[in-house]
Amino acid sequence: MTELRLYMAQRLSALVMAPLVLGHIAVMIYAIQGGLSAAEILGRTQGSVLWALFYGSFVIAVSVHAAIGLRTILYEWAGMRGGVLNGVALGICALLLAMGLQAVYAVTAT
Amino acid sequence: MTNDLTESVAEQSDPLEVSVWRSAGDGGAFQAFKVPAQDSQTVLDVVAWIQQNEDPTLSYRFACRVGMCGSCAMMVNGQPRWTCRTHVRKVLDGNRIEIAPLRNLPVIKDLATDMDPFFDKWVAAEGVFHPSKSRDDAIEQINPASAPRARADAGIECINCSICYAACDSVASDPEYLGPAALNRAWTLFNDAKDDGAGVILDAVSAKGGCHACHSMGSCTHACPNELNPMASIAGLKREIAKSFFKRGKA
Ligand code: HEM
Ligand code: SF4
Ligand code: SF4
Ligand code: FES
Repeated sequence: MTELRLYMAQRLSALVMAPLVLGHIAVMIYAIQGGLSAAEILGRTQGSVLWALFYGSFVIAVSVHAAIGLRTILYEWAGMRGGVLNGVALGICALLLAMGLQAVYAVTAT
Repeated sequence: MTNDLTESVAEQSDPLEVSVWRSAGDGGAFQAFKVPAQDSQTVLDVVAWIQQNEDPTLSYRFACRVGMCGSCAMMVNGQPRWTCRTHVRKVLDGNRIEIAPLRNLPVIKDLATDMDPFFDKWVAAEGVFHPSKSRDDAIEQINPASAPRARADAGIECINCSICYAACDSVASDPEYLGPAALNRAWTLFNDAKDDGAGVILDAVSAKGGCHACHSMGSCTHACPNELNPMASIAGLKREIAKSFFKRGKA
């Protein structure tokens, strides 16, 4: 992976996240009207392909974006280089993917 | 008469408390001097006074004394400045002034830094002229009002002083980063109709250590004594690279 590809991947993932963040906030404001319950949320998300895609793409974008961003910080501030740097960044990406996709699965699977 | 006046001003005010960085091998320490205050005194005047009156072994660099040559830059109270055009009164901290060699460059001795890494990076960024014509071709006509020429003009008054390079935190944390001045030069050449190096410039500035290491924090633009905007030049390079990335899948 060249620095340029990482740079583009970070900007493109940010581009994907921007509308998703707004959508997420809008739904949160809508959802808390008249109280918030697990049943209400699950009623909306369970079995919904749309919500699975919405939050699934969110998780993928944030995993890519955050891993590249933290890689930059580890390079500049912690002096990490080469294989260690890329290994840690891939590890962060994998961890975020695993945690996020598992959560998406838990609320959308029927 | 004029001389009397200057001297009376000097006598009235307290001497300046000046700390000057003195290097010894790899290390070094600040040395204190008392320097008579003068009207319209520049930081370079202060350094010169010390070298002429207190310690002739003090090493520093200057040439033009009018803000043209870019050789006199130093850290003054923690900020990179062109010392020949910096009035003492503007930067005094109480009555104190601390003068150190430019940040982000190896020190040769005292206040003189080794500028080689700075200029090597200009070349690495393809900040060199790429001729497009031979002597047999007609001279290209340049419309000074064209948009590319206006973009080039905005960045060409660089005096290679390395003040932006010293101000940049990204240079400090990434020794491979080409830095604002080299990238600003690459951008002016990219926009120069007489330069034939657009492709090699984009390749050079998108490689590791290139313009993507810039985080657009703007210290370079804030510090540039000629009021250039290297941050905007770097943003221009990033934009052009993104365009050609979508077109060609590379820079
Ligand atoms: C809509 C949401 C977001 C947008 C538009 C966005 C945009 C950006 C952009 C443009 C950069 C590059 C800055 C630079 O290189 O100077 C960046 C860096 C970064 N982002 Fe995000 N981001 C978003 C959400 C997030 C989230 C949720 C995280 C979670 C950890 C995150 C973590 C980071 C990190 C660690 C960096 C690295 C800092 C750097 O390289 O300067 N971002 N972001
Ligand atoms: S804008 Fe970029 S080049 Fe300028 S000081 Fe900040 S990181 Fe350095
Ligand atoms: S861009 Fe400004 S600060 Fe940087 S080297 Fe040129 S004149 Fe000096
Ligand atoms: S001595 Fe030439 S710019 Fe200061």
